[in-house]
Amino acid sequence: MKKLVALMMAIAMLLSVASAVAEEAITLKIAHIGPTTGAAALYGLATLHGAEVAVEEVNAAGGKYKIELINEDDEHNVEKVINAYNAALDAGAQMILGSTTSKPCEAAGAQGYVDRVFFLTPSASSTAVIEDKDNVFQICFTDPNQGKASAQYIAEHKLGTKVAVIYNNADVYSTGIRDTFVEEGKALGLEIVSETTFTDETTDFTVQVADAQNAGAEIVFLPIYYTPASLILKTAADKAFKPIFFGVDGMDGILSVEGFDTSLAEGVMLLTPFVATSTDEKVVNFVTKYQAAYNEIPIQFAADAYDGIYILIAAAEKAGITSDMSAEEACDLLIAAIQEITVDGITGSMTWDASGAVTKTPMAATIVNGEYVFE
Amino acid sequence: MKMTKAKRNKLIYNIVTFALVIGAFLILQSMIANKTITRSLKGQLVPICCWIVMAVSLNLVIGISGELSLGHAGFMSVGAYTGAVVSGLLINVYDIQDATLRLVVAIVAGGLLSGIVGALIGIPVLRLRGDYLAIVTLAFGEIIRNLVNVLYIGTGDGRLYASFLNKKLPEGVTMLVDGAKGAVKIKPISTFTAGFILVLITLVVVLNLVNSRAGRAIKACRDNRIAAESMGVNVTKYKMMAFVTAAVLAGMAGALYGLNSSTVVPTQFTFNQSINVLVFVVLGGLGNVLGSVISATLLTILPEMLRAFADYRMLVYAVVLILVMIFTNNPTILSFMKRLIAPFKRKDVTGGDAQ
Amino acid sequence: MIFLDNLMNGLSLGSIYAIIALGYTMVYGIAKMLNFAHGDIIMVGAYIAFCGLQYWGLPPIVAILAAMVVCTILGITIEGLAYRPLRQAASLAVLITAIGMSYLLQNIALMIWGANPKSFPRTFINSSILHIGGLNIASATIYTILANVVIMIALTLFTAKTKMGKAMRCVSEDRGAAELMGINVNRTISVTFAIGSALAAIAGVLLCSSYPILQPTTGSMPGIKAFTAAVFGGIGSIPGAMLGGVLLGVIEIFGKAYISTELGDAIVFAVLIVVLLVKPSGLLGKPVREKV
Repeated sequence: MKKLVALMMAIAMLLSVASAVAEEAITLKIAHIGPTTGAAALYGLATLHGAEVAVEEVNAAGGKYKIELINEDDEHNVEKVINAYNAALDAGAQMILGSTTSKPCEAAGAQGYVDRVFFLTPSASSTAVIEDKDNVFQICFTDPNQGKASAQYIAEHKLGTKVAVIYNNADVYSTGIRDTFVEEGKALGLEIVSETTFTDETTDFTVQVADAQNAGAEIVFLPIYYTPASLILKTAADKAFKPIFFGVDGMDGILSVEGFDTSLAEGVMLLTPFVATSTDEKVVNFVTKYQAAYNEIPIQFAADAYDGIYILIAAAEKAGITSDMSAEEACDLLIAAIQEITVDGITGSMTWDASGAVTKTPMAATIVNGEYVFE
Repeated sequence: MKMTKAKRNKLIYNIVTFALVIGAFLILQSMIANKTITRSLKGQLVPICCWIVMAVSLNLVIGISGELSLGHAGFMSVGAYTGAVVSGLLINVYDIQDATLRLVVAIVAGGLLSGIVGALIGIPVLRLRGDYLAIVTLAFGEIIRNLVNVLYIGTGDGRLYASFLNKKLPEGVTMLVDGAKGAVKIKPISTFTAGFILVLITLVVVLNLVNSRAGRAIKACRDNRIAAESMGVNVTKYKMMAFVTAAVLAGMAGALYGLNSSTVVPTQFTFNQSINVLVFVVLGGLGNVLGSVISATLLTILPEMLRAFADYRMLVYAVVLILVMIFTNNPTILSFMKRLIAPFKRKDVTGGDAQ
Repeated sequence: MIFLDNLMNGLSLGSIYAIIALGYTMVYGIAKMLNFAHGDIIMVGAYIAFCGLQYWGLPPIVAILAAMVVCTILGITIEGLAYRPLRQAASLAVLITAIGMSYLLQNIALMIWGANPKSFPRTFINSSILHIGGLNIASATIYTILANVVIMIALTLFTAKTKMGKAMRCVSEDRGAAELMGINVNRTISVTFAIGSALAAIAGVLLCSSYPILQPTTGSMPGIKAFTAAVFGGIGSIPGAMLGGVLLGVIEIFGKAYISTELGDAIVFAVLIVVLLVKPSGLLGKPVREKV
């Protein structure tokens, strides 16, 4: 009899433990969508890896939520992203962390608006991503904000008045920042003395740099990613052209390009919410783990996606999302919840409004001796 | 006897082609009706129709007319942009809410404009031969992409605004085409049924053309230009006919493709995209229309089915591509395969001999 | 002065196109195929040189030689495995195989070296700037132009004087007749690929010395431009590739500098079309007589 009681008690205890575990750990199925192959793989892999670091942390901590990360490749292609999105939903995704790049995110977000699926994009920054859709939210600044902030910074700090702009006219991000920069810059009395463009395939920047040089530019504004920026810095050095180069968040990463001669970037200024060399405890934690896992220094995209996982968890908690909710059921709850939370991430303290745009503060950094220095 | 047999074979081929396409459509429609279709497959239906039309039309140029064109995606982009602009114009300015009407008008307009561009390009280009023609079509494809990149079109106050290179359109204009941002804020109106009808139209047009007098003339020019010329065939006229027809069909496919998504960007229609369509055509068999239909379908679905492989997908695709080309074209392997199949095909072989 | 500066930039860019175009044109002239993977062999060459300089600490010359050796082996392997079985096949089949090979090389590079761009280290090639008058000329420009001239002279001598060179010309003229005369066609084509790939390695190093960013896709656009250049100059002709490459580079820079950076590529391709319409076999190409 005693044995029987003991056995039953043991079973009861086991059951209660089991049920407690089942009650506690809510599994969120999050789909990361981004270009993990193709020409934009650099950005998609960064967001994927950043998200993976966060997921590992969350799952290892054994808190209230467990994350199941689904990854779908969109090849930075407007057609493929719809396939990726559909495949993610077929796999049971409840919310989307993506897409990494602007145009695919715009297309998938529009589809998600019709289907009612919640999108949080780490790095798609064009306004078209969030326009006319209540289901898409951003972690990074919108392009116009960056353009405006850059123009204001240059004017306020009186860095110079003659400005040259070199931008990628086949890229939404680049043209988006350039448009408001030029508009705001003119309003603030900056003189745009040279404006030249390039495309994704361009390797030769001699014409663009020479144009800026001959126009006597004091500042060269580069609303572009760090890969072409590194070529522009090299070309300028070859031509003995030494203006102030002013970049945006896409410029972050230039110092960690393997083999890059950091002396070329001496004096470059940029507005960015994240730098990998920061001594902030959370940033150091992230960078260390990322480096251990992928053997490279994370770029801003990775940091945005890392924050993204925590934002989704915070929103899911607020919204009371459970394991068995479908993407459609979760969507409106998440939309309401994300507007009520504040998340302190490694890319700053963030809040959202109904437009989907994020509010956080950029920091201006200058590269001195191969490292970022903040004001 | 010989003629009738050839004719009968052609008839059977055409019937099989149409039966397969219509059968596939009916099966898919019933799958949609009872909801057994996966989201992923359903999302690909319209693009598959577009790629079928692209492949069949390129096959008309490459397989049947015998000219290597590497700029087919250029025509697709003309169609996609025209479709987006026309549809936007109809809804913003003329307030036409009927989606079907807008779609039809947009597709027709896309086909027309692409046909005009095709004719303009064709007149000078078709004088060239072989690889030179290839490089010039490649160049045109890139030029079209480059020009579209600096094109701005919008609607406002009941009229259409357009500008080139300079993006300043008047205040309050709703942008339809916004330079590098591509065609924006498209209302997706393409349907699988529309895609299916477009595929049928394409098949009817191409198969009829191939089996007509004009088609025989086109093939004669391909097989021996000088012989055809000396028989009184107007080579330029027939080559133009094939080229422009293909451009029109590609434009229509482009319009359907563009209106299937909320946005279209110039980078979707690069040289690589032309190459993709070329791969459909070559794998399906030059001049083989049914082959193009099947290979366009399979090669669109295949990468999606290989999603599990993730990063190795393109690697697998590349290896498969190389192996298929070697296996279908190496004389040693071909004769080996023939010997393998020979015992089962004895009757056909003797029949072939008698012919 | 600005004009001279632009001219210098154009020559530098054009010389890189020219070296790549030489590889294209040789393979086309002898094997009668468009080797679309040529641009990707350039990329592999650049990566090998990068590894040599950055990881293995080799002296620049040794790193370049290593890149040349690896690319030569790669070129011969690709030719033997993928192109040789298709010697009798339709040219389109070979073209598609070459495109497949291009995808394959890019994806292998993506797996080995990752998607993150690498910056090509400074070597003697691109470490200094010459000040001549008011002009600033990067040393890479000088080396590129020099390399180009040397390679062209060497290739011309090679095809004119040596036995293998004569065999190449023979195969290019009439493959069947060459075979009948006892020339080993397969070996000749292998050697052509070997030379073309070794040139690709040099082109890769020079390309990345002038424009020091290295990615799995680095070779594709220069590859297409160089292909255009080869056709421009008359494909199959060695001086034609040189002329076509240099002209293409100069036109590209001038088009961007004096007309519009936004339409730079469109201008290049438009000029190409006009030239081909006026002279359908390219600037220095031999007109092909049609046989009945």
